[in-house]
Amino acid sequence: MEKKKTIIEDLDRGIYDIKNEDKFSYKTKTGLTREVILDISEKKSEPEWMTEFRLKSLQIYNEIELPAWGPALDELDMDNIVIYVKPDTQMNSDWSEVPEEIKDTFEKLGIPKAERESLAGVGAQYDSEVVYHSIKEDLVKQGVIYTDMESAIIEYEDIIKEYFMKLVPPSDHKFVALHGAVWSGGSFVYVPEGVEVDIPLQSYFRLNSPGAGQFEHTLIILEKNAKLHFIEGCSAPKYNVTNLHAGCVELYIKEGATLRYSTIENWSRNMLNLNTKRAVVEKNGTIEWVSGSFGSKISMLYPMSILKGENAKSEFTGITFAGKDQYLDTGTKVVHAAPYTSSAISTKSISKSGGTAVYRGSVTVTENAHHAKSVISCESLMLDDLSRSDTIPVLDIRNNEVEIGHEAKIGRISDDTIYYLMTRGISEEEAKAMIVRGFADPIAKELPLEYAVEMNNLIKLELEGTIG
Amino acid sequence: MNRLLEIKDVYAKTEEKEILKGLNLTVNKGEVHVIMGSNGAGKSTLANAIMGHPRYKVTSGEILFEEENIIDIKTDERARKGIFLSFQTPEEVPGITVEGLLRSARMSITGKPIKLRSFRTELKEKLELLQFDESYAARYLNVGFSGGEKKKNEIIQMMLLNPKLVVLDETDSGLDVDAVKIVSNGINQFKNEENAVIIITHNSKMLEYLRPDYVHILLDGKIVKTGDASLAKEVIDNGFADFKDIVRS
Repeated sequence: MEKKKTIIEDLDRGIYDIKNEDKFSYKTKTGLTREVILDISEKKSEPEWMTEFRLKSLQIYNEIELPAWGPALDELDMDNIVIYVKPDTQMNSDWSEVPEEIKDTFEKLGIPKAERESLAGVGAQYDSEVVYHSIKEDLVKQGVIYTDMESAIIEYEDIIKEYFMKLVPPSDHKFVALHGAVWSGGSFVYVPEGVEVDIPLQSYFRLNSPGAGQFEHTLIILEKNAKLHFIEGCSAPKYNVTNLHAGCVELYIKEGATLRYSTIENWSRNMLNLNTKRAVVEKNGTIEWVSGSFGSKISMLYPMSILKGENAKSEFTGITFAGKDQYLDTGTKVVHAAPYTSSAISTKSISKSGGTAVYRGSVTVTENAHHAKSVISCESLMLDDLSRSDTIPVLDIRNNEVEIGHEAKIGRISDDTIYYLMTRGISEEEAKAMIVRGFADPIAKELPLEYAVEMNNLIKLELEGTIG
Repeated sequence: MNRLLEIKDVYAKTEEKEILKGLNLTVNKGEVHVIMGSNGAGKSTLANAIMGHPRYKVTSGEILFEEENIIDIKTDERARKGIFLSFQTPEEVPGITVEGLLRSARMSITGKPIKLRSFRTELKEKLELLQFDESYAARYLNVGFSGGEKKKNEIIQMMLLNPKLVVLDETDSGLDVDAVKIVSNGINQFKNEENAVIIITHNSKMLEYLRPDYVHILLDGKIVKTGDASLAKEVIDNGFADFKDIVRS
């Protein structure tokens, strides 16, 4: 039987791989220096406190070592990363004003279509700056704010000053220090007390420029009893040089508020994805993370929930798919810092063709957090003998009145299951794809529909001709 | 052409152990065959040899399906030619729904896209016939199903895939009286002059409802005696001891 062989490096990722000409109105020199940072800050006409904040972060960055655990980051050479690439356009609130080529890229990614059909607002970032932002009129009337960070810092300076990198301080680790120094772009969302935004908002981050870094900052504040579903998408075409993504997400969820934060990350295989996400949840509030990690060469991503108020909840649902030459180190961290708080963690990982998928997570319960509850379930599927999968859960429980459940399963596709499906007329290859899709199905159900479809396509693409 | 399956002097082994030792069997359209035998006689090996399980190797002999030797043909292609195996222990497959499997299987077998509406109607009908709640269509395949539900689900698959030759491997084992009746009813509805059924069993529960044309006694990898329904009764009354003498002699 003739078998179609697809070499992973040559995978046609369709639209994700379409490279536009590297057009920009301004681009910093490669490398990270005080001059580069002053340059960015000046270009952005920022208030002085922000310039100082950046410089202080740079100082911290220079003082902190790289993490001593996880995947090796030797290939990251900041001297070769372009920190800031300003696209050849301003921020627009009208699609027609976005330059043709950029517009075309987002059209192909389906962003404007999604906006028309199923979103309440859209933000689109291209390289270092947001090129488009919009929000439905009725939400504006209710006091909802959804805008790019650059505009926010001018228009809502007091709020930004109060919250910006307070939850994730630059001193946390090397890459948030870097982020504090060079951040650019991202979205700011504010939902006033009692306002429930029924339709999701979506920000899409596209990195086009080779050898560049993307450092967007997302800040979301939900006041009491507010509700929001925020979707974040990211992708980049593949280059032969290393690109870097070190974004930062800060989520403030006040009493009784609920935020669902969904991400599908589909970076190209030359990307180092070193992202930091954190939520603080007050009394009766809920954070729901849905996270799909598919692309990048190396990912280190552990969204964290701090359950600060009584009865606060965190749910984390994540899937990671590591193919050839990929090292995806992902998971979640939860801190139960108040009584009756609860968390549920459900992760799945698939590794194939020598890829490494690691679940790394921690659950901490403080002395006062009595009656805290946590359920953790991690499942891994390895599609061949070359691939690796690991589960590294850390539990730090400091009082006795807690309920913790942990379950980890690492497995392979069973020959008996393949045979069973084949007796129903299904080919071996399709049987395997069905089993992998089935494994991912409970997660796919949590994703926004178009992302679930995208995930299934990605799995199909990944499996085509490479197994069997 | 009336002949569906012809097994000619087949030897088969699993993990270096020879299990079938010169087995012969001919099945024509419209027939119901029963194969009885004690544990370890080779019943499941026979079922898997017909279906082409990679762990069961046919070392000599021929298995002809509609006059074509299928020994070198892969399992999925045998299924597409019209052979169906109802498993003794059906696999649990998380993430694939009952309906999802049936749709993929039906598309593979017919090579045509599914007409969703008529397919759903048909599925609903069969679920009712096997006394399943409609909600089972959306459940993950066999996950959390009782032993009886798994067997009933196999019969639903059989009915919707409409094969020419069905091998029922211990379908009646572990079923209570009511479930045997329900399953047998399904098989009787499926059965017609164009297809054939091989029932592999070591007891007789289903034989009260299904009228076999032939009963074969399988012992030590060979069919040692063939008769009509009365042979089954003989086995049920006296066990296999009498036939073991045939093997020895």
